[in-house]
Amino acid sequence: MTAEGLREKYVVAGIGNTRFGDLDGRSTLSMNVEACRDALSDASVEKELVDAVFVKYPTSNFQSMYGQKVAERLGLQPRIGGVWDQAGASPSSMIAFAVMAIDAGQCEIALVTFADNPRSVSRHAYAHALGPYGPYGWFGVVAGYAMIAQAHMEEYGTTGEHLGAVAVACREHGKRNPNAQLRRPITLADHQRSPWVVEPLRRSDCCLISDGGAAVVVMSASRAHQLGVRDAVPILGFGQGQTSWEVAQRPSLVSTEACRSAETAFAMAGITPSQVDVAQLYDCFTIAVLMTLEAYGFCPPGQSGAFVSEPGALQVGGKLPLNTSGGLLSETGMPGLQLIHEGVRQIRGTSTSQVTGARTCVVSNQGGIMQTHSTLILGRC
Amino acid sequence: MPIPAPEIDETNRWYWDGLILGELRYQHCRQCGNSWLPPTEECSQCLFADWEIRTASGKATLVSWVRYHTATHPEFKDRVPFNVAVVKLAEGPRTVTNLIDIADWDTVHAGMTLQLKIEEDDDVYLARFALAGA
Repeated sequence: MTAEGLREKYVVAGIGNTRFGDLDGRSTLSMNVEACRDALSDASVEKELVDAVFVKYPTSNFQSMYGQKVAERLGLQPRIGGVWDQAGASPSSMIAFAVMAIDAGQCEIALVTFADNPRSVSRHAYAHALGPYGPYGWFGVVAGYAMIAQAHMEEYGTTGEHLGAVAVACREHGKRNPNAQLRRPITLADHQRSPWVVEPLRRSDCCLISDGGAAVVVMSASRAHQLGVRDAVPILGFGQGQTSWEVAQRPSLVSTEACRSAETAFAMAGITPSQVDVAQLYDCFTIAVLMTLEAYGFCPPGQSGAFVSEPGALQVGGKLPLNTSGGLLSETGMPGLQLIHEGVRQIRGTSTSQVTGARTCVVSNQGGIMQTHSTLILGRC
Repeated sequence: MPIPAPEIDETNRWYWDGLILGELRYQHCRQCGNSWLPPTEECSQCLFADWEIRTASGKATLVSWVRYHTATHPEFKDRVPFNVAVVKLAEGPRTVTNLIDIADWDTVHAGMTLQLKIEEDDDVYLARFALAGA
């Protein structure tokens, strides 16, 4: 079976999530259960039909056999499942693996779920030493992205205003989303006044730290039809790419294997970037969005700053409406599933920043300091 | 508060010992000619463990850098703003370091040439870099 043979054959049948923000130390298992319950309800699917549970472990608290703990709390004994670790790239990749598992006859209906409570319990996961360089002060995920951002500025003349244009667009969309954690919009001037965290990244370049859970239900289009699922959204394509190496060891700091992820996904979907109606691009830090625009071919390498600075470019009605629920910068810092949810809402026509008649949405997920990347294209050809 | 001590084990002891003796050492593969840091058991290019320790000339070029204005780690709270940089040694390995004696950050740019300067800091010897010729 070729990758193209999977196009539109599988669907996201339902989406569900908890509230986002400070959930006051609620356990990750509890939040996973709520998100799965909500996703099954959205799909109108009975729990007993689920025979696969794919889980991303809570970033702030790795634990062995966590996938089984989630299945136990869901009262399920799935045929296939477990924890998949690509950090923030996991959600999109788990959907891809679910599709491949269903296509191989290993299961029929999969839950893909994630929950974490870094805001109310521990932010330690984001502050660890990077490799053996703790004595030099090389700590923290934000610094890794700052190192990449500085290299991008050196190589291409990218500026702080270019980064700011991404933050402004995401915050504007978050303002219109009642479920967003941060609903206060900012101007470019606000962004430029925002304090440095690790220069050249400012506080407004950094995503939120959030508690919350989210889940999706994946099955074949034919099964969804048979079960009478009301608003299943077809999966057009997916792909992955792994940069893998620590930031300092990469031959180039300004490009990643995200391009291979996108090539695979676009080939499977049978569309080109110019046919994308709306994009949900992983915005853990603003620089990640700029580099993803280049990797995906929305603009040539080094031209993302100019691309995002065109007035209105990233807003609804612009050339590429971006992160229409607010993204990690505004809706929730959760690693990735919320972007997939928003892709589903855009194709259903139910976003709070709806792109009229959207038929295709590209979603990027990435993990670590760009070590992992995963692409999902949703919609109808 | 002192900086965090390096985690020294049998794989990297020669690296930290070298700094105490005033040398920045790296690994060079006898099988495929690859040169690298930080220390690992095998060469990640040819996968063999047939390597020797070499001493770097101390010449390097700047790849990228950041300046911390908030301390991610409590031991660096009193040091902000401080910098961390990625440099490429003339012999090929890339390493993470601190830039020292930078008078004007606006003149710092990728590709500029640097010179090794080993410094003692809280009883730890660290391979830092200054502008070449400075």
